[in-house]
Amino acid sequence: MIVTTQLTKRFGHVLAVDHVDLTVREGDRYGFLGPNGSGKTTLVRMVLGLVYATSGKIEVLGEPVPARIAHVLPQIGSLIESPSAYGHLSGRANLALIDAAGTGPGGGRRGRRARIATALDRVGLSGVDDRAVRKYSLGMRQRLGLAAALLRSPRLLVLDEPTNGLDPQGIREVRDLLAEINAAGTTVFLSSHQLSEVEQLCTRIGVIDRGRLVLQDDLARLRGPTGRVIVRSPDADRAAALLDGRVADRDADRLVVADSDAAGVNALLVSAGLRVTEVTEERRSLEDLVLSVTGSGSDRIDGGSAGRPGRPAEVASRDGAGT
Amino acid sequence: MIGVELVKLARRPRNWVSIVLLCALPVTVAIFVAVTHLAPPPGQGPALLSAVLSDGQLFPAAALAIVLPIFLPVAVAVVAGDSIAGEANAGMLRYLLARPVGRTKLLAAKLVALIVYVLLAVVFVAVTSYVTGRLLFGSKPAAVTSTGITTNNVVATSLSGTALTPTDILLRTAGTVAFVTVSMLGVGAIALFLSTMSDSSLGAALGALAALITSGVLVALNSASAVSPYLPTRYWLSWVDFFRQPILWRDIDRGFAIQAIYVLVFLGAAWANFASKDITS
Repeated sequence: MIVTTQLTKRFGHVLAVDHVDLTVREGDRYGFLGPNGSGKTTLVRMVLGLVYATSGKIEVLGEPVPARIAHVLPQIGSLIESPSAYGHLSGRANLALIDAAGTGPGGGRRGRRARIATALDRVGLSGVDDRAVRKYSLGMRQRLGLAAALLRSPRLLVLDEPTNGLDPQGIREVRDLLAEINAAGTTVFLSSHQLSEVEQLCTRIGVIDRGRLVLQDDLARLRGPTGRVIVRSPDADRAAALLDGRVADRDADRLVVADSDAAGVNALLVSAGLRVTEVTEERRSLEDLVLSVTGSGSDRIDGGSAGRPGRPAEVASRDGAGT
Repeated sequence: MIGVELVKLARRPRNWVSIVLLCALPVTVAIFVAVTHLAPPPGQGPALLSAVLSDGQLFPAAALAIVLPIFLPVAVAVVAGDSIAGEANAGMLRYLLARPVGRTKLLAAKLVALIVYVLLAVVFVAVTSYVTGRLLFGSKPAAVTSTGITTNNVVATSLSGTALTPTDILLRTAGTVAFVTVSMLGVGAIALFLSTMSDSSLGAALGALAALITSGVLVALNSASAVSPYLPTRYWLSWVDFFRQPILWRDIDRGFAIQAIYVLVFLGAAWANFASKDITS
């Protein structure tokens, strides 16, 4: 659905996006992660034809962008950075203006009311009254923005921080809504720095850091077992002795065992008469994974050489172990 | 898209407030003049105002002369300066373009909305001041200042002293409305261009006004007479020549020509800038 080849964008002497090869496949729930200022938004804007690339190619829905952008955009719903609306108009009036604006199929006067009603209903704003958007809460604006993105039943949804400003209940509703839309055949491209949001929704992730795509893979594969087992036992001392040499790490009653067979480890401990509280395969958390491949965001400014830690070198080794 | 822009224009209270204020100023002036019967002597103060006491039908033209130097350009610069920068500022520009609205199309729609606004403003001022003029000054020469020839169907005198029929006045006022509208589009084009350069509507409006003030200063400066024929405000008041007998076309034609050039050049620049711009707002 989205394929970029060696995509690069330079603003003056700042390299915002650096030779990125991104691939979003049809049906994906793609989570695009990265610290603040890492180039997420610039890349999203290039995909939508708002910012022109310095070099490299973009293909969206099989068509070159920005050459065929007018053809591509009608099939995309988007929420870019933050939702916007004309503050002095009502939510419905805003959607009507957005619906009437622009070219492409499905924007005619006929059916506009129905389209707006459906979109508002999907995001949980069906009962909204005529008050001006200026008086909306952040969560309501977010829902309205989402409704605008859904107006034309897009094939591809490009969303930047869609749950920003929502309460836990709202976040769950939006997550369920996106899963439902995705199940109905829409590819979802979600850009975020909220890991839990991505972890719970996405099937595939890409991580960008300082303009470079440092990781792109299926989430299930990335989060696969590490080949180690975690054991909790009140008899940790005896367990450690028994598992001699295979204990990679120990923290009070918690042992990390270099063995991929959790059941085997369990059987061994139990047959020796040890009490076991918990035995699980070790899996990498998304947080560890992302932190291991990214530096701190551009909003952190350290003095002198104490700047960004050189993490990418570390990536290769950990990545090799994980996949 | 043009329809969308017109709806936005109409549903913005600020635009109507500005038009009401534009109409209110000449009415205020008319009330003072009518109450005191003290019009500025011919040749001083706003053009034609001295003639209004003798015939209320000339008041629309006088009213345009009152709002033309500052009020009208300010209103036009604000609306035009807001057109792209205002969308950028509200965060709507990215959503409109991603909708998608083509960039050229958006600019064209903004231009049409601007033309409609200017026409509305000028026509409203003309109509309200016509009504005011008829009510306060009547269409017959006031006794105190009766000069020139007056018969039943000849009710007004031109600046040259000859008589004008009501039809004449209507046509000449229509010419004035057209001339003032085109002059204001020159301002609008400058503000629209600046609006594509900046994300601040205030900056764009002030930039356009700064250009006008510079032009106004230079026009009044004898040592700048070499460039004055090319300045945007040079021929702004030339529509007064519509009220001479016969009409003095020379400056009117030049006024239309110079405004057309300003409109084309700045619209071209606005388009070139906007179409190739990275939208980061």
